[in-house]
Amino acid sequence: MAEDVCCLKAKLREKDREIAALRDKLAQLEKNPSSAPELHNKVIPLTPLTVKPALSNEDIMRYSRQLLLPELGVKGQLKLSRTSVLVVGCGGLGCPVAQYLAAAGIGRLGLLDYDEVELSNLHRQVLHGEENQGQAKALSAASAVRRLNSTVECVPYHLQLSPENALQLIQQYDIVADCSDNVPTRYLVNDACVLSGKPLVSASALRMEGQLTVYNYRGGPCYRCLYPVPPPPETVTNCSDGGVLGVVPGIMGCFQALEVLKIASGQGSSCGQQLVMFDAQDARFRSIRLRPKQPGCAVCGENASVTQLLDYEAFCGSAATDKCRKLNLLSTNQRITVQEYKSILDNAGPHLLLDVRPLVEVDICHLPLSLNIPLSSLEDRKSDHLQLLKEGISKLKQQMAGDCQPSVYVICKQGNDSQKAVQVLEKMSGSEVDNITVKDISGGLMAWAKKIDPTFPQY
Amino acid sequence: MAAPIAIHLEFGGGAELLFEGLKEHRVTLPSQLEPWDMKQLLVWIQRNLLKERPELFVQGDSVRPGILVLINDADWELMGELEYQLQDQDNIVFISTLHGG
Repeated sequence: MAEDVCCLKAKLREKDREIAALRDKLAQLEKNPSSAPELHNKVIPLTPLTVKPALSNEDIMRYSRQLLLPELGVKGQLKLSRTSVLVVGCGGLGCPVAQYLAAAGIGRLGLLDYDEVELSNLHRQVLHGEENQGQAKALSAASAVRRLNSTVECVPYHLQLSPENALQLIQQYDIVADCSDNVPTRYLVNDACVLSGKPLVSASALRMEGQLTVYNYRGGPCYRCLYPVPPPPETVTNCSDGGVLGVVPGIMGCFQALEVLKIASGQGSSCGQQLVMFDAQDARFRSIRLRPKQPGCAVCGENASVTQLLDYEAFCGSAATDKCRKLNLLSTNQRITVQEYKSILDNAGPHLLLDVRPLVEVDICHLPLSLNIPLSSLEDRKSDHLQLLKEGISKLKQQMAGDCQPSVYVICKQGNDSQKAVQVLEKMSGSEVDNITVKDISGGLMAWAKKIDPTFPQY
Repeated sequence: MAAPIAIHLEFGGGAELLFEGLKEHRVTLPSQLEPWDMKQLLVWIQRNLLKERPELFVQGDSVRPGILVLINDADWELMGELEYQLQDQDNIVFISTLHGG
């Protein structure tokens, strides 16, 4: 009996605590109705930002350390609170941009990303946490920003910026930060900013380097003035191919936030006709004087031919994503599936497995008994590597009875480089090396990990 | 007859990968009848430094789209682009534009 009373009292205390927590949450929501970010999957018209006549005591305390700067002061702080910024991409650049703009008290923050949080994002996209995996990046970033500064109005968009929605969206913001990760989006954002007359604070990062410029600002050049013709798609490297040290986009994103804050607070940016290059290896920043706005520019020039947004994927010849494209260079009889390769292994069929990835990737993971010769070494006919290949082929011939051709299977990460390698090896077969039958393993090691061996690492 | 000139070449943004990963090259351009200009420098680079896959660096007689050329820390557009006449100790940078984020 006494035990029951005790237990019930404990339960009641627990319920009381729950009720108190719910009351607090309700009060918080009623005080600030927008505190739970609502994710938008389309562009919505926004109400004009409420103009703060003065700083509240809470504002003064929160921003006191920056209010002390004569460069900013109360006037600058009020300007920040009246400025809206659209962050295109909530990745390695977008996270620090959103974080510092929110911390500094920007009025409204549009956070756009079509993607979801993945484990391989977390080393650089520092607003997202382990528990956010699978969540829309825009929402994850908005929640993190909300924890930091609930007075900033956050508008998360879970959508792909497109020629159809870009103008309507960008027109509603004062400044745009390009934190995207691909060429078509960079041209799209530029053209939309030019057509709507918005300054564009643009940064990019790859491997150990970063670049930053402010476009379409105070009569300066736009992205197209510098790059009238998009680069050939095969010359463009993305972060998932080339790699990137997380802190590098972190530094560039912080730099972007700085330029946005200077523009928003009225101090102005000096990067309007300037390229800032950052080399993390040499710990060196360098500023380059750029060309002025080009009278012949297709979008901001005197006789602009681009007067509305175009199909940027067609213009650039590549997709508006940093995900890898799948090449199709070979015919089906030149390729085998991972399942077919598995049965060759199971039947102990004599063959040579050639892994054509760079050494740095082979160090991450590889199949046992594979011979590593990077694609570039094959293309360049590096002599020591050719020697290895010849030895591998002659060893295989000794194992094989009869006079059938030795089989060489080529593998890489996703099955693109392996196709190029097959083409190179077919040219070499019968002349530079013995006659061989070469096939590529379609989908590469990532298909192997997905379909054959779930314990094999994916990267 | 123009005397040989020593210049400093730099490659960045990934363009160095076409030059065995070396970012900096100190080179001496030999003596020739006319002064060296950027157009001739591109040909010289192609013959002497760039051994493979020239299409990733040059297109026609200029650099491929997506590579920015800097002459002594200024956009080459401000310096006359291909017609710029090289001076001894010039610093020429070829930087590939980055798109990642």
